[in-house]
Amino acid sequence: MTETKTKKSVTKPASQRPPAALGKAKTADEITRRSFFSWLSIGWVAFIAATGSFFTMMLRFFFPNVLFEPVQTFRAGYPEDYTIGEVDLRWKDKYGVWLVRNEEGIYALSTVCTHLGCTPNWLGLEQKFKCPCHGSGFYKTGINFEGPAPRPLERYKITLADDGQIIVDKTMVYQKEKNQWNNSEAFLKV
Amino acid sequence: MLEKFRDTQFYKSIFRGGGVPKSRRQRMMVVLNSVFLHLHPVRLPKHAVKLKFTWCMGGLTFFLFLIETISGILLMFYYRPTIEYAYTDIIDLAEQVPFGIMREIHRWGAHAMVITVWLHMFRVFMTGSYKPPREFNWAVGVILLLLTLLLSFTGYLLPWDQLAIWAITVGSNMARATPFFGYEGPGASLLAIGDINFITMASDARFALIGGRFMGEAALLRFYVLHCIGLPFIIMIFMAIHFWRIRKDGGISTPV
Repeated sequence: MTETKTKKSVTKPASQRPPAALGKAKTADEITRRSFFSWLSIGWVAFIAATGSFFTMMLRFFFPNVLFEPVQTFRAGYPEDYTIGEVDLRWKDKYGVWLVRNEEGIYALSTVCTHLGCTPNWLGLEQKFKCPCHGSGFYKTGINFEGPAPRPLERYKITLADDGQIIVDKTMVYQKEKNQWNNSEAFLKV
Repeated sequence: MLEKFRDTQFYKSIFRGGGVPKSRRQRMMVVLNSVFLHLHPVRLPKHAVKLKFTWCMGGLTFFLFLIETISGILLMFYYRPTIEYAYTDIIDLAEQVPFGIMREIHRWGAHAMVITVWLHMFRVFMTGSYKPPREFNWAVGVILLLLTLLLSFTGYLLPWDQLAIWAITVGSNMARATPFFGYEGPGASLLAIGDINFITMASDARFALIGGRFMGEAALLRFYVLHCIGLPFIIMIFMAIHFWRIRKDGGISTPV
């Protein structure tokens, strides 16, 4: 062992000698330690990149491009179809919207309770929305007054189409606590 | 007779090592050589089989898991996870399919499993069995608890009755408040460029969970796949680790 070591240090000083070349003549197709490690790291980088992109694909896969849900914008007939002072239930099941008409106009209330997302019932006798899950209560305006709900019901964008029909757009949401109910699209003046 | 059978090539080819175990070492090898038995310790201290010490809660949990797996697979032969059929298939399972009790077994087994998991955890805590070298196995156990609860949660939706729909509505709404990845959660508005929010009702954690903005057919299918394949697959991996670690950490802990 010691013998070979002295032999080599004679041929070349240790500092200039690459470790891979120790005691071996290099031929063209020989795998050196250095090339082995560079190929190994290329391999690892490729492997990590492939795995990473597959996991990205997997994540994106859970977000479909087309949703088979009810449309978010719908025509709700003419303003004359709605009685002043009444909460209209006809779009509740299909679109999750109450249309309420008062003396000044119509607003579209979301049927999603602001507590945990159940659907309250309109109680005509007591003039309030009452949630069956945890008992939150809302006035006809949508403002919460009892139970655990932390904020008023949301309102949706409501406008008139060219033919005079009401259009409710559920993608636009107006929240009272953000002072958005004053927005002209949150209330349809009739 | 049995000894003769144990010496046949047939027996020896199935049970590695084969033959009649003659020494302590050979008896030990019988356990170590079986893929099922090797998860289990080769020797048990006397106290480990005392009901007073273990309550057998871990074993009961595993037993209930097996019941859930078998009854669950049986239910899958009749249940269709669509809005049109889900509820009526459950009624059908209870009223028309032979042994309508199968669905009840699955349901009550699930309740019981949650209870035994908690009691097992309680026992392990009270006997101090979470202490080193078993602290990692405690962590694995917490993951198993979480997976058990998730299995309960995903199974909850499948009957598609009013209770199921609203319970999952309420439950999944919690995901809205996920930090950064829930659209009502803290930090969600930070993930935006100018006016464009990346975390909206149609791209947040809740959306990924229920496959839509509202509880619907996509949610039913997602929960079905998670309940029948996704979560059982993950829980079995952790169960294997859990059992194997008991052996590696020196078997069931000894009473002080």
